[in-house]
Amino acid sequence: MPKLKNTKDEYGWVSISLHWLVAISVIGLFILGLWMRSLSYYDPWYRLGPDIHKSIGIILFTILVFRVLVRLFNPPPAPLPSLSKFERVAAHGVHLLLYLLLFCIMISGYLISTADGRPIEVFNWFSIPAFVTNIEHQEDLAGEIHYYLALSVIILAVIHALAAFKHHIIDKDNTLKRILGLSKPSQ
Amino acid sequence: MSTLRKSLAIALLPISMSFASIASAADYVIDTKDAHAFIQFKIKHLGYSWLLGRFNDFEGTFSYDDKKPTESKVNVTIKTASVDSNHAERDKHLRSEDFLNVSKYPTATFNSKKITENGNGTAKLIGVLTLHGVTKEITIDVNKIGEGKDPWGSYRAGFEGTTKFALKDFNIKDVGPTSQEVEMYLSIEGVRKP
Repeated sequence: MPKLKNTKDEYGWVSISLHWLVAISVIGLFILGLWMRSLSYYDPWYRLGPDIHKSIGIILFTILVFRVLVRLFNPPPAPLPSLSKFERVAAHGVHLLLYLLLFCIMISGYLISTADGRPIEVFNWFSIPAFVTNIEHQEDLAGEIHYYLALSVIILAVIHALAAFKHHIIDKDNTLKRILGLSKPSQ
Repeated sequence: MSTLRKSLAIALLPISMSFASIASAADYVIDTKDAHAFIQFKIKHLGYSWLLGRFNDFEGTFSYDDKKPTESKVNVTIKTASVDSNHAERDKHLRSEDFLNVSKYPTATFNSKKITENGNGTAKLIGVLTLHGVTKEITIDVNKIGEGKDPWGSYRAGFEGTTKFALKDFNIKDVGPTSQEVEMYLSIEGVRKP
């Protein structure tokens, strides 16, 4: 069983939980985002869909900030020795790009909804005020960026997942198992 | 001597002619520069209230002579992306393919064709509106507000107009049974060209 914190061989429960929480949220937000745009004006979800999308997005932002702090103070385990130089560099690059894209998506989403100075209400719990409202055509520009970066992050996540399956099925190494908390400690 | 006088008269002829044309029907530039002109729309929200909005960016000219008002002409070009309903998310939606599709149809234009007087200071202005790639004839009810010198050395004339049309006529998405028609209110002040 993994420990709470990352060790040099294993992911700890904090990192594992954060990974899957973010993964499920991002996929959910992507599907919700596409679906809510297709709704008719008279659909009960026409208002509820975007409200939930924005609320989860704001909460996910705080989780992602926490995740970056965890990563800085408790670095992930070293790559498996079986990985080639290319695999190490590619994996690391994809991980960093995923973080970068997610932050850009969240910021652009925030800039759409706050473009006219309205705050974002998070589940009628608290609200995030508008800080930037003076970019020309802000909601349109931020909307385009939000959409295309969201597509990019999903494509990149698919590549990331395919790589994990490749390690699990073809290389039969611990890559996938250790992010599920199932790896046996190496002898 | 006489040839000189003659050539002088010929040389001055175009100037006197242009003065004559100003006197008959003056050309005006719609004062969008200092925002003394407004293009507003309203449409029913669910049938319970009016939703109001406007187009912030447009330009146009008209010619007008109060002796011959039926010979007036109006041309207006609206930048559709400037739609403003005081809500960024809604404006973004209005600019999208669902409604104005501003990337495909960046402008809407109105060109007058005919004016008929009602006799009580109001008139019907008939012209063609090109909106969302569709060109259709519409009638604007026009009411003259006033004209005269302004305090800064120019001459101004102003009108208001109302019209309505069905969104369906311009192939714009149906937004419900109580919101079939959009009403427009136009407040136009022109500054006479020098």
